[in-house]
Amino acid sequence: MTDEPIIKFDKVIKRFGDLTVLNELDFEVKKGEKVSIIGPSGSGKSTVLRILMTLEGINGGVVTVNGEPLWHEKGPDGTLKPASEAHLHKMRAQLGMVFQQFNLFPHMTVLRNITEAPVKVLGLSKQEARQRAEELLELVGLADQAQKYPHQLSGGQQQRVGIARALAMRPNILLFDEPTSALDPELVGEVLNVIGKLAHEHDLTMLLVTHEMRFAREISDRVCFFDQGRIREEGAPEELFTDPSEERTREFLQAVLDS
Amino acid sequence: MLFGYEWDLSSPLAFALSILPILLTGMIVTIQATVLGFFVALVLGLIWAVLKSAPSRFIAWPARVVTEFIRDTPLLVQLFFLYYVLPEFGIVLPAFLTGALALGIQYSAYTSEVYRAGIEAVGADQREAARALNFSGTHTFTHVVVPQAIPRIIPAMGNYLVSIMKDVPVLSVVTVLEMLNVAKIVGDRTFDYLVPLSMVGALYLIMTLVASAGVRLLDTWLPKQGIPLK
Repeated sequence: MTDEPIIKFDKVIKRFGDLTVLNELDFEVKKGEKVSIIGPSGSGKSTVLRILMTLEGINGGVVTVNGEPLWHEKGPDGTLKPASEAHLHKMRAQLGMVFQQFNLFPHMTVLRNITEAPVKVLGLSKQEARQRAEELLELVGLADQAQKYPHQLSGGQQQRVGIARALAMRPNILLFDEPTSALDPELVGEVLNVIGKLAHEHDLTMLLVTHEMRFAREISDRVCFFDQGRIREEGAPEELFTDPSEERTREFLQAVLDS
Repeated sequence: MLFGYEWDLSSPLAFALSILPILLTGMIVTIQATVLGFFVALVLGLIWAVLKSAPSRFIAWPARVVTEFIRDTPLLVQLFFLYYVLPEFGIVLPAFLTGALALGIQYSAYTSEVYRAGIEAVGADQREAARALNFSGTHTFTHVVVPQAIPRIIPAMGNYLVSIMKDVPVLSVVTVLEMLNVAKIVGDRTFDYLVPLSMVGALYLIMTLVASAGVRLLDTWLPKQGIPLK
């Protein structure tokens, strides 16, 4: 982990109609850092990830990834102008995302779900992509499921394929958008195990939006509590979970941990 | 005598058997017109659907107006237009080709709606996953959206296939010798319309039943090829 921020939100504003979801958000993530984002629904947690994955644009401020503006391009005179599709395409290569609803391609086998992008976007040969996919399936414990279709797998298995698919693009930053929220309780563990393994064994930068407080505490270097489009409180998990300084954080944690 | 076949008027059954080869000759034309018309409807309909969902309104609007116009004017008017008006501009097409084109154009307005519904039924989550994996817009459309839309549109397309088949007799007014036209000629010559027209009805029933069975077969076969029907 170095001190240089790989992700930087500078006074970022995001609105949906009249609703301000992100209100001049300042937020930084260092290279290799594992950050969990917690907070009530509607607090803008997922929006942060969706902006980074370029699924949502921004209404103000600047987002920087690896020193380069994400939603802007630097003109020849140094001023910022809105990013072109080509710029977004280039920037997206650094990011990967794991979705709440998995979003696997139902008409492709597990193997093809993982190899399609490396072959078609990165230009890998089919054999290279296949080898990479098999290694990743091994990593997520699904080596024997390569030829199945998503609907033949359990939710937990599907989400592990989703993780393998994102990793196959070799991103520097991996975004997890409530990866276990759509799962039956007994399937949550297998997905968290895989994410935990990644967190401990890889120098990936990880950003995790989650409601699994115990897990967030276990794997995170830092936990951010989001409320009303801003970070209300952040800190090392030990501090934030055991001794939050804000009343709002305390209320939220109490409500979540009691349930 | 027609197409080299003599008819036998000694009994209704003998008559029916003797004109069966003549009607089958017409049936082949009917099938050819159906297949060609359906093919045009499938290709042109997809083009309309893509144009109608274009981000630019200068493309989407004219496409919408044209398809609405096609849908709201009778097939017979369009057929006459292609057959009698185009030659005035130097475009002379054979009657069969003109007829199949008219069918295809008319039905492309309907199939474009089927495509649009099928494409819209593929969820935003799929497009987002494709974007997150950095797929190009074209690749997303051809490899993510279309393969998932196909199983959804098959039943509706099957209905239009049967509809086109049943509209082929309209082509008889521009001299195409499809099955009904042939039967009418037989009737004109023998003064017996009952037998040939009944046979046309029966042959049509067989054709539409076969076509429907084919569509159902496709519906069960495709999921086995890895295209799950949700």
